[in-house]
Amino acid sequence: MGKKQHKVVYNDAFWAGIFLLPSLIGLVVFIIYPLFKSFYLSFTDWDFVHKANFVGFGNYAKMFTDTKFIRVLKNTLAYTTVTVPVLIIVPLILATALNQKIRGIRFFRAAYFIPVIASTVSVSLIWQWMFNADFGMVNYLLGFLGISGPNWLTDKAYALPAVMFTGVWKNIGYNMMLFLAGLQNIPGEYYEVADLEKITIFQKFRYITVPLLKPTTLFVTIITIINSFQVFDQVVVMTGGGPARHSSVLVHYVYQNAFKFYNMGYACALGWILAVIIFLLTLIMFVINGSSES
Amino acid sequence: MKKKTKERLVKTYSLVLLSAGSMLMLLPFIWMVSTSLKDLSDVFVYPPKLIGKVIKWSNYMEVLQRFKFLPMFRNTVLVTIGVLVTELITSTMAGYAFACLKFKGKNTLFMLYLISMMIPFHVMLVPTFELLKNMRMLNSLWSLIWPVLTLPFGVFLMRQFFGGLPVQLAESAKIDGCTPWGIFTRIYLPLSKPSVATLSIFIFIATWNDFLKPLIYLSDSKRNTLTLGIYLMQGTYSTNWPVLMATCTLSLLPALILFLCMQDLFVEGIAMSGIKG
Repeated sequence: MGKKQHKVVYNDAFWAGIFLLPSLIGLVVFIIYPLFKSFYLSFTDWDFVHKANFVGFGNYAKMFTDTKFIRVLKNTLAYTTVTVPVLIIVPLILATALNQKIRGIRFFRAAYFIPVIASTVSVSLIWQWMFNADFGMVNYLLGFLGISGPNWLTDKAYALPAVMFTGVWKNIGYNMMLFLAGLQNIPGEYYEVADLEKITIFQKFRYITVPLLKPTTLFVTIITIINSFQVFDQVVVMTGGGPARHSSVLVHYVYQNAFKFYNMGYACALGWILAVIIFLLTLIMFVINGSSES
Repeated sequence: MKKKTKERLVKTYSLVLLSAGSMLMLLPFIWMVSTSLKDLSDVFVYPPKLIGKVIKWSNYMEVLQRFKFLPMFRNTVLVTIGVLVTELITSTMAGYAFACLKFKGKNTLFMLYLISMMIPFHVMLVPTFELLKNMRMLNSLWSLIWPVLTLPFGVFLMRQFFGGLPVQLAESAKIDGCTPWGIFTRIYLPLSKPSVATLSIFIFIATWNDFLKPLIYLSDSKRNTLTLGIYLMQGTYSTNWPVLMATCTLSLLPALILFLCMQDLFVEGIAMSGIKG
């Protein structure tokens, strides 16, 4: 053996090709190709059986007069408007409370996190039972307050709120954990100085925690908005979008158009609207964040 | 002195708040287990009782036997393992290429990954379905594995991790005649255990609980995953709450056990996805 020289093939581009190959196959075949195909299909009337006919912007134009679409869009916007602020404020307060030398921290962390690891399908089923009008826990507990609870999941006014509540309940722990990680990155010295200055706890929160937590808050907000626009599982399991589409949301409508009504072209166009909304909202969040920083 | 009492007051308020909140988090699960052990006649009573007249373990037997829980469980395990293996391979390899190798178009390609991270899967719903049909993979567990071959978030995460390792590591190995493959498998991969572990947890939660893909791709009850099975079960046994809740309890157990055993890792994984994201 000894000092025999062997020549090593060392060419980064060659190796990059090898390292990227598996991932590139997935990216091209299962992400980029379907994206282009979906874009093309969104301009057709494809029904999965017959040949696709080009219809121009027909699918997109149809949305303006499609009352079902307008309803699901309204529901989705309502879902986002209600759940996102709650899913930022409540987890932030909980994380602040948890970010002290407190007994039972592991228990609390676990308690809030169990809904996160449970599947949305089983969580929805559990809450469907909780929301049961006659024998459910929710109405039973409301009874103590002298409130006679509604028929949550079959009432036009209450189906969507019940779905919202379930979504909030499931995701509080996730956002709380993100905030907790952000809080633990704030150096303790800031608070020590604040203590010397005799600042109240609310001032501490307002002038130290909130500004220093900004990157985390931005991330949590974006993730929560994106997820809220994609809500689907709870709706299908708890209400099936009913009654009379009063709890149906955008993704549910995409799914129904594709696999119930076989309006494949329309389903693709709806999917693209969803993507554009999410893209614009993310952009707006970044712009707001950037302008408030300068 | 005054500060001490104030601090204690804050802590007490925090404890009260956290306890009340955790009750709200746990109550539905307690109610789930309680219902799962009741006889049907004890379920439809008002006011509801925590424990029924009889403790009916046979609800669980019914889930195991009549509902084919074990095959569904096995399918979910197979899919989760399949996705874990493929996504970990593609993520670590691509992450290494982006972090440590020089090649033309690297930044453009990486941008492509970042953009695809933002696009909702629902845009691709129809073409992916058609693609799987043409590949004859519909109604097979492979339909839940191949389409998620590439996880852009995983590539991103591994690139961040590998990029943070000191360059000298690779340099000295290169001088010793190590190929990039050798550097990757012998130096970088062993060092990346914590990142890989947290990424695995992320993938596990997403795959174990996925509902939309099984709902669309699977139509043979032999292939059902847990989430799909529970959903379909609801159709047939709409008011048999004890049996439905027993199914929920059983399906929650594996993830719960894993979580309780590795709580710190889970928490780290979530924290990492937040900070690095």
